[in-house]
Amino acid sequence: MAWVEACGVGDIDEEDVIRWDHEGRSFALYRSPGDEYFATDGLCTHERVHLADGLVMDDVIECPKHNGRFNYKTGEALAAPVCVNLRTYPAKVQGGKVYVDIG
Amino acid sequence: MERDQPGMVIVGAGECGARAALTLRERTYAGPVTLIGAERHHPYERPPLSKALEPECDGLTLKTIASRESLERVGIALLAPAEAVAIERAERHVRLADGARIAYDKLLLATGATPRPLPMAAGLSHCFTLRTFDDALAIRSRLSAGHRLAVIGGGFIGLELAAIATALGVEVTVLEAQTRILQRGVPAEIAAILHKAHTDHGVRILCGQAIASVTETARGVAIRLADGGLVESDLVVVGIGAKPNVELAEAAGLAIDNGIAVDDRLRTSDPHIFAAGDCCSFPLALYGGRRVRLEAWRNALEQGPLAAVNMLGRNESYAAVPWFWSDQYDLGLQMAGLADEASDIVWRDTGGGGVLLFHLAADGRLLAASGIGSGASIGRDFKVAEMLIARQARPPREALQSPEVKLKRLLMSDSAS
Repeated sequence: MAWVEACGVGDIDEEDVIRWDHEGRSFALYRSPGDEYFATDGLCTHERVHLADGLVMDDVIECPKHNGRFNYKTGEALAAPVCVNLRTYPAKVQGGKVYVDIG
Repeated sequence: MERDQPGMVIVGAGECGARAALTLRERTYAGPVTLIGAERHHPYERPPLSKALEPECDGLTLKTIASRESLERVGIALLAPAEAVAIERAERHVRLADGARIAYDKLLLATGATPRPLPMAAGLSHCFTLRTFDDALAIRSRLSAGHRLAVIGGGFIGLELAAIATALGVEVTVLEAQTRILQRGVPAEIAAILHKAHTDHGVRILCGQAIASVTETARGVAIRLADGGLVESDLVVVGIGAKPNVELAEAAGLAIDNGIAVDDRLRTSDPHIFAAGDCCSFPLALYGGRRVRLEAWRNALEQGPLAAVNMLGRNESYAAVPWFWSDQYDLGLQMAGLADEASDIVWRDTGGGGVLLFHLAADGRLLAASGIGSGASIGRDFKVAEMLIARQARPPREALQSPEVKLKRLLMSDSAS
């Protein structure tokens, strides 16, 4: 377990995503329409485009380039050209902050 | 698998053909699937050929769509390199250059497009067009610091190459016959942003230039301009558009109209033959059935699978929003829809120097969007714009214009017709 404080709960708009960098690694942090928080690797598995510029609709993040879609809760690759799943990380909320287990 | 048991045959193993083949197997089609490619490589993506390399890469590599092994594993027979020379429609065979005949139940033509050559530069060494991986390798091997590159054609291919060449220390001159770069389809405001990015990086852009002659010199190539100017370079790349590869279809008597003519289900004038991707023209439902040919990656990506499902008996209509992107330096441009019938343009500042243009019809319907920003920063807003275009929405101008209004909100309550 390696929980790291990533951001405040209000730093992410509802049904949206932000970028979080930590010690040379880059992540995407999500706040779902139901106010739950999730974390994945930041870069699309198709090409190295950061997902934080992408659109979140329900439980799907769409890469801002090329159409690739992932379920950000499970990391599952949903639509071509992405075929490699996104790595996910456990996230939790405590005291108004979002913590990510960066593993 | 016997070659003469009729199955699904796909001519063209690029993005479109490969995606079609994969879809056939995903939909559990169990008969023979033959994918015929003119190139010696397995299916790969073309856009990376003219873009900057990924950070840790020190040379251009194939961006694989499907390896030979993965195709074999699902029983797709990849014949590459192989040349289809005729379609024998009565017998339903495709004949290859080596004499082999491949029987089809349904045939998909995904033959793509070939770069238009510049007749004046025909046969000259040091002059290239860019379509294939092998073209890209040949060009990139000649891009070294201090060398000079002349790009003929101020369109996307030429400009993307100009950007990667300057990053390698190459001196670049772009020659454009029209009065500005990207005259075909890109709004002047966005073309101006890109023009400045190029000149800021030292690229010389000469517009309104007709070429009088192209000759080989001891070191490379000399381009004589109609106004008397001379551009000398070590390497010339010609990027003046591409012609759809319709020869097979035309010889077989299929309807041709700016490409192999298909309907919204991607069917040609022969009920057993489909066409998709760069080689075909089709009616765009969203624009009143206007016939277009789209030379764009996403069109190939989406039409391949659609053709495949229709080859399997479905009757699905292609109804996507045309979409295109280009990367030059740190700028990402995106375009969606068809803007030419728009009578009104609304600007939106997306922050950080980015801008989004919304192209509206007289009745307020959003017809198209174009945008440019650093990296993929316009991505989110652009996706919303695309969705609004797909819904034929009539979004309020003020909402489009104001950065304070989140575009996404327009999806909740769009004023659709």
